[in-house]
Amino acid sequence: LRGGEVSKMAGADGDDSLYPIAVLIDELRNEDVQLRLNSIKKLSTIALALGVERTRTELLPFLTDTIYDEDEVLLALAEQLGNFTMLVGGPEYVHCLLPPLESLATVEETVVRDKAVESLRKISQEHSPVDLEVHFEPLVKRLASGDWFTSRTSACGLFSVCYPRVSSTVKAEIRQHFRTLCSDDTPMVRRAAASKLGEFAKVLELEYVKSDIISLFTALASDEQDSVRLLAVEACVSIATLLPQEDLETLVMPTLRQAAEDKSWRVRYMVADKFSELQKAVGPEITKNDLVPAFQNLLKDCEAEVRAAAANKVKEFCENLPEDNREQIIMTHILPCVKELVSDTNQHVKSALASVIMGLSTILGKDNTIEHLLPLFLAQLKDECPEVRLNIISNLDCVNEVIGIRQLSQSLLPAIVELAEDAKWRVRLAIIEYMPLLAGQLGVEFFDEKLNTLCMAWLIDHVYAIREAATCNLMKLVEKFGAEWAQNTIVPKVLGMANDPNYLHRMTTLFCINALSKACGQEITTKQMLPVVLKMSNDQVANVRFNVAKSLQKIGPILDSNALQTEVKPVLEKLASDTDMDVKYFAQEAISGKSFPITEYPPESRQHFYKIFIDVQDQLVNV
Amino acid sequence: MSSAATTAPSVDKVDGFSRKSVRKAKQKRSQSSSQFRSQGKPIELTPLPLLKDVPASEQPELFLKKLQQCCTVFDFMDTLSDLKMKEYKRSTLNELVDYVTVSRGYLTEQAYPEVVKMVSHNIFRTLPPSDSNEFDPEEDEPTLEASWPHLQLVYEFFIRFLESQEFQPSIAKKYIDQKFVLQLLELFDSEDPRERDYLKTVLHRIYGKFLGLRAFIRKQINNIFLRFVYETEHFNGVAELLEILGSIINGFALPLKAEHKQFLVKVLIPLHTVRSLSLFHAQLAYCIVQFLEKDPTLTEPVIRGLLKFWPKTCSQKEVMFLGELEEILDVIEPTQFVKIQEPLFKQISRCVSSPHFQVAERALYYWNNEYIMSLIEENSSVILPIMFASLYRISKEHWNPAIVALVYNVLKAFMEMNSTLFDELTATYKSDRQREKKKEKEREELWKKLEDLELKRGLRSDGIIPT
Repeated sequence: LRGGEVSKMAGADGDDSLYPIAVLIDELRNEDVQLRLNSIKKLSTIALALGVERTRTELLPFLTDTIYDEDEVLLALAEQLGNFTMLVGGPEYVHCLLPPLESLATVEETVVRDKAVESLRKISQEHSPVDLEVHFEPLVKRLASGDWFTSRTSACGLFSVCYPRVSSTVKAEIRQHFRTLCSDDTPMVRRAAASKLGEFAKVLELEYVKSDIISLFTALASDEQDSVRLLAVEACVSIATLLPQEDLETLVMPTLRQAAEDKSWRVRYMVADKFSELQKAVGPEITKNDLVPAFQNLLKDCEAEVRAAAANKVKEFCENLPEDNREQIIMTHILPCVKELVSDTNQHVKSALASVIMGLSTILGKDNTIEHLLPLFLAQLKDECPEVRLNIISNLDCVNEVIGIRQLSQSLLPAIVELAEDAKWRVRLAIIEYMPLLAGQLGVEFFDEKLNTLCMAWLIDHVYAIREAATCNLMKLVEKFGAEWAQNTIVPKVLGMANDPNYLHRMTTLFCINALSKACGQEITTKQMLPVVLKMSNDQVANVRFNVAKSLQKIGPILDSNALQTEVKPVLEKLASDTDMDVKYFAQEAISGKSFPITEYPPESRQHFYKIFIDVQDQLVNV
Repeated sequence: MSSAATTAPSVDKVDGFSRKSVRKAKQKRSQSSSQFRSQGKPIELTPLPLLKDVPASEQPELFLKKLQQCCTVFDFMDTLSDLKMKEYKRSTLNELVDYVTVSRGYLTEQAYPEVVKMVSHNIFRTLPPSDSNEFDPEEDEPTLEASWPHLQLVYEFFIRFLESQEFQPSIAKKYIDQKFVLQLLELFDSEDPRERDYLKTVLHRIYGKFLGLRAFIRKQINNIFLRFVYETEHFNGVAELLEILGSIINGFALPLKAEHKQFLVKVLIPLHTVRSLSLFHAQLAYCIVQFLEKDPTLTEPVIRGLLKFWPKTCSQKEVMFLGELEEILDVIEPTQFVKIQEPLFKQISRCVSSPHFQVAERALYYWNNEYIMSLIEENSSVILPIMFASLYRISKEHWNPAIVALVYNVLKAFMEMNSTLFDELTATYKSDRQREKKKEKEREELWKKLEDLELKRGLRSDGIIPT
């Protein structure tokens, strides 16, 4: 097949259908990778144009034989072929796709290989049981005994998809191949096998899980390389789930205990990271006897990474303890470790703990929370690291349910104030985002008294992102506390900023109005906000003026038609003949309503606003 | 451990700087503490007499005792504990270093396992987590090994032992085995450059003395590199391992085994794709050139490999590639050059017209290299047409005057080489560009036609494509 030839033929007999392959072949030879990539991404188009038969007999062999390309192109090809079943004529012919995918599954680049395996897994489901044995399984075998590690790695991902649907002889062969790969010479292959061990165990019959998988699991879990051992921990979860409770102690626990005390911190980290899953998999009895002490050790581990991973699991672990003596276990075994972590030297550990520690209050109840947990919360609220304080504040809702937030409010306030004034703007941003939540829990009185000034101060922060977040925060507060509250507390302050000498602050007034008008409703918008906006159209700074135009466009839908006609329209027309180009542009945009921000409103209100918008537009145009 | 952890923070609240250092220190402490978990109480070693103070006949026995004492490992993060004993071990290690350097007849067969045991106890340990996930070896200060005062002497001792005239590999191979080497290789990930430097010497000696371990060492290095390239992109000792490989390749016998060629094509070439290439590029390029000097027929696969992995967005890497390519061209045989000149100069032409002036400059410097110039001259009829369009365009368009000046020189050189062809290309430059544009248009047309066709087909046999 040559591009030139084909297009000549196509020209001669007037058969349009030959064009596609001509285009593809020309494009696949192009120097520009991007063009080659485009043609591969259009492969389905080409196949569709060729029809199923020619796709099978010409296109696929061509792809199989001649592709040697950049990994990016190969990746696209591997992905495309996974969706090609219908294009080669349906499940009956799906095995035609195996040869090109097989060679893609052997390339060096991991992403390409992984994608090829993904596609192979996908199309394996479309094979009939017979085809699976005749075509697919031999491919797996070939990959599993390939010379270079790449093909053997790929094979590891394919066993589990064909195992359930083949005869018992073939099953035995597959198990044998998997066994071989688990003890492969190359750590890369052992890693691949270890990472698929759990998945493979799930499709095996229980007797083989006990006879085969356990020995493989034990071997991988004591591999010389820690990168292999840690993957066995993951498999441990699936394996433990499959086995009956009475076998766990002898078949799984020795290995798990060993992993929890592994000399490599990476393995211990993995155990900590998977702790909740492991806990569920082994059940309450083993949890009580084995996992509690193991968890204590992980919380006291010498590596901060491990402690942090374990600290993250504290709440989940406690939640899943058997209820009958949950409280006792937590109080005598877990809480002492948690207390130590509160003053850990590593901030990641403290911060991980702070993100879950509040959850313990629901489990331990009111009295224990006040007596034992509250001092810890308070200590963390005063932590030197802002992330720790933030994590506590962001989880206040859990405590609120149990003991009410008042208990904390004395310490809460200084913590919030300090975060609100933190030198890092990202910290300030984070605390702003929790304001609506805090407001809801602390109630309007406390809020007005203590936090309102903070919220207003953010409006004149020197970082734009903070001012922007502050406006959004006000909107959420109004949604929570209502329009009347807004009118009395924040609207006057916001509008007062319109006279500020700093034009950035004046613009903030406009941004606030944009955000607040909807929540405040028509009356406040028309009577209080609109006059200020209109007055600002005379501002000497062009940026303010074009933001007036934008604001008018935004609040237009909320205003009544009378205000629009008599007040908004003249101002916009005046701005449309401004000396500044941008002001003109935005004024005209507002008049024609081209960029009406339909998508900014929730779907249910969209229709409604859209209608209003059309009315407004008509009114503006028709006058 | 944890009780120490709870008392510390009151001290670190003083200022931001001390806090960071304490945090670092904490991590280092943790590293050693996994070994110390069992030892809560102070360590006591019974002082032994100096080796030179006992009769020669008793020395081997005393040597063994001292080796056993040195198996005790101290926690160096705790700067106050066991000070006396730390000092005692240091002086003992010093004595042992001197002893293996000058003494004769000390190396009894019983000494071998004890030496290996002492070394293993001291150097083999799980390396601590890196200070940050985003550890950038170019920017960040490496974390130094706290126990270095002892560790250095242990390495020093081990090297002297390996280099000693009495050292017999045939006995040592029972103890310095595959497992030992594997653990040694893992240590190359150490962040401490001083440690990696010692490891380099140690591994080099072992490779030299233990013939039976050579293939194994090469294979394990292979695995480390493959994991580095395709899985983690993190390993601190790549430069050191490549340095060892440089001298190993130097000693390969001809003809090269398939295994070695595979290592070149499947491991060394892909190493070029790694983000941190700059940290080991010099050593990598050296290895590549070593291979080509051994076997020039490898030139084509190597250059094609480099072209395949040519950096798309990273200009610094592009400059490194160009540098390496020049090193290769310096040793290339003219017959090999002819085989790859077309793809090669297509890439060089792209580099020359790079908007990044350092890339363009580096490529244009090729024309200052006499050997490369002679190769270009011999093949000017092929190379000139490839290069001409870019050169011509840059001479008119490049923003950087220095590049324009360099391009003029190159154009001048080409003009002198082959004036007929040069004139021809100048004359047809415009029409060539027009032809290119026309081709571009045709291509678009074809795609359009294809889309129409798809529509038609789709209509005729609707439902074929699952939506």
